[in-house]
Amino acid sequence: MSTTPIDLPHGAQGAHDAGHGHGDVDPHFQHHFTTMEQQNDTAKIGMWLFLVTEILLFGGLFVGFGLMQGRYPREFVEAHTHLVRWQGSLNTIVLLFSSFTMVMAVDSAKKNKPSKTVWYLVITIICAFVFLFVKYLEYSHKFEEGWYPAKWYRGVGDAIPGSHGYATFFAFYFMMTGLHGIHIVVGIGLLSWILMRARRGEFSSAYYTPVDLVGLYWHIVDMIWIYLFPLYYLIQ
Amino acid sequence: MIEYQVQTMAAKVGDLPRPKKNYLNETKGFWSWAGTLDHKRIGVMYLVGTMFAFLLGGCFALLIRLTLLTPTHKLFGKVLIDAETYNRVFTMHGIIMVFLFIIPSVPAALGNFVMPLMLGAKDVAFPRLNLASFYLWVTGALMAITAMVLGAVDTGWTFYTPYSTTTDGPVTLMTGAAFVLGFSSIFTGLNFIATVHKLRAPGMGWFDMPLFVWGIYSTALIQILATPVLGITLVLLMLERNFGIGIFDPRIGGDPVLFQHFFWFYSHPAVYIMILPGMAIISELIPTFSHKTIFGYRAIAYSSVSLALVSFIVWGHHMFVAGQSQLATVVFSALTFLVAIPSGVKVFNWLGTMYKGNISLDTPMLYAIAFLILFTIGGLTGIFLGTLSTDVHLTDTYFVVAHFHFVMMGGTVTAFLGGLHYWWPKMTGRMYAEKWGRVACVMYTIGFNMTFLTQFFLGAKGMPRRYYNYLDQFQPLHAFSTVGSWVLGSSLFLTAAYLLASLRKPADAPDNPWGGTTLEWHCSSPPITHNFEEQPVVEREPYDYRPVKHA
Repeated sequence: MSTTPIDLPHGAQGAHDAGHGHGDVDPHFQHHFTTMEQQNDTAKIGMWLFLVTEILLFGGLFVGFGLMQGRYPREFVEAHTHLVRWQGSLNTIVLLFSSFTMVMAVDSAKKNKPSKTVWYLVITIICAFVFLFVKYLEYSHKFEEGWYPAKWYRGVGDAIPGSHGYATFFAFYFMMTGLHGIHIVVGIGLLSWILMRARRGEFSSAYYTPVDLVGLYWHIVDMIWIYLFPLYYLIQ
Repeated sequence: MIEYQVQTMAAKVGDLPRPKKNYLNETKGFWSWAGTLDHKRIGVMYLVGTMFAFLLGGCFALLIRLTLLTPTHKLFGKVLIDAETYNRVFTMHGIIMVFLFIIPSVPAALGNFVMPLMLGAKDVAFPRLNLASFYLWVTGALMAITAMVLGAVDTGWTFYTPYSTTTDGPVTLMTGAAFVLGFSSIFTGLNFIATVHKLRAPGMGWFDMPLFVWGIYSTALIQILATPVLGITLVLLMLERNFGIGIFDPRIGGDPVLFQHFFWFYSHPAVYIMILPGMAIISELIPTFSHKTIFGYRAIAYSSVSLALVSFIVWGHHMFVAGQSQLATVVFSALTFLVAIPSGVKVFNWLGTMYKGNISLDTPMLYAIAFLILFTIGGLTGIFLGTLSTDVHLTDTYFVVAHFHFVMMGGTVTAFLGGLHYWWPKMTGRMYAEKWGRVACVMYTIGFNMTFLTQFFLGAKGMPRRYYNYLDQFQPLHAFSTVGSWVLGSSLFLTAAYLLASLRKPADAPDNPWGGTTLEWHCSSPPITHNFEEQPVVEREPYDYRPVKHA
């Protein structure tokens, strides 16, 4: 048995294990991995698994919406005409575009172009704020009309005795777009965090995992909207 | 890296020089534990936490049994607890045992400690996330205890609507606790899947992993695929209770059976979150104490994964009499029988491993044998409940209570105790009093059967579950069950006593006290902070008991 000291500092331990003759060890390298590549792959697997749980979280709401739509088909179709289609369409375009800039941010980080990364991230964050602003317009319009969620609902249809279809539609509308909105807000936080790190020049072709992971998250937020949009604004 | 050799016989004390520093004494002080990223320390903290939850939930169980000792609920002339309190007590028993004890006990406590060792890894994939999930557990536990102090809830652990959205009590806080605990469970599962995929030792393929890892991996799959649905269901419950969103309550346009569908879409797979880790432990104990290669390695590995998959398509059997369509009922009944196949595959492979093995009856093996008997009874009575004609009669009776206690306690808790004894020397560096271990195990098995075998008879005769009052004719069986709970409780207190007593003596455990072949027995007891002195390289199958050839 050789006697490898176990208590080496993390970086040095990594260098020993990696054994590829790199002179300097990445400061982000964690001691329990053998190579940087293994560490990055692991982080990616973790993020994908997290995204799976996100889909299931929204999945419950989609199933609930579907069942309630089956229960109140007439009210649901009628209620959706009160949503403003151009606002939903605008938000769809904004989010799709922000997904594009996000991809470009990841790509430029990978290709050692940190200043480009910064700019693409800035555009992505601006898109997120535009999305939230349009949502704010939409919500305040609903509130003016009395289409509050659940028990505060005072809009059309509450005169029909025994029918809860409208209130249920708007309850789901606020729950699903609200939960999605929370994800956008969290996304803005994450994007700002990697923006700061990108400005400090922390990312390079050797290490850009955080940009990659936030990108994956941003795409899932976008993808969920791609399903919410037709569900609410386009149903017939 | 050096070539790694499997030792076939138990190492004697002093075989290897014991390292002065290990994970327990390397650093000292409160923050060295509270802020640790070491999977072993996090596992130990989880163990301490879940044991307190087990104690609390167990005290509630003893109180339930004591209340049911007589039909008048009187003890020394005074009524012990009234019906309202009784409802809160059995609810708290259920919530604490399910969310705070069983679900995290094996994966997050024992699994956290053992699984990276078994893989030959230095830690789990995401050590910080691991610590975060522990603190989520602590947060959830504190929320549940706060809700308990504020008057507890009387909904049953299932939180069925519309009762749960209209009854008094801190239901929102309690469901919030379950929500937070769910995320703790999700993060543990996510972490373990990534660990198994990426941190296996060089040379360890998927079918070179110990079966414990297969079991924990299958559990983790369910944790990440089912728990988010519980999360959103509880959010919907809270929103309906507080804001009147009409989704579950028919008076405001909802569908109460929808809650049951959502709830059991998580909670049926959750049953396998609870039992699969138990099975995983048994798959380690049986080959080690039979001193024989496991029979049907691949069959057991596949059966773990297939149980995880089947668990997602049988939830409807909880709603046979809840107004589900007749077609759905028949389909769910038929699908439910599928569960018997992988379960049977496991039991027969374990028996096949024991057959003609050189069995030593140490305490962990006694628990494994108790598991085989109790789990088989629990599994077979499940078939009664999956069969429509018998289930209509047995629904919501003590037969159901007995059935799931045979699986959850007779199965999972028995296996957990076996695993705790098995890995105790590895975790603490100390051997416990073997004689007391065997005594406690025998007491446990007798007490368990007195308590719960009785309840099959009660249920078959028509005693409904969760009832405070009962007919006088049921008293003898209720009283027998209560006496059984005292035997069962005593055995667990005895176990706690001799395990804790072992901590007072100096470290005496050899590195491999049982002659195990998996990797966790090839580091010191207790392990050093980075687990292995050298990165192990795996060149043999996990349960290879053939002697090592020396060239």
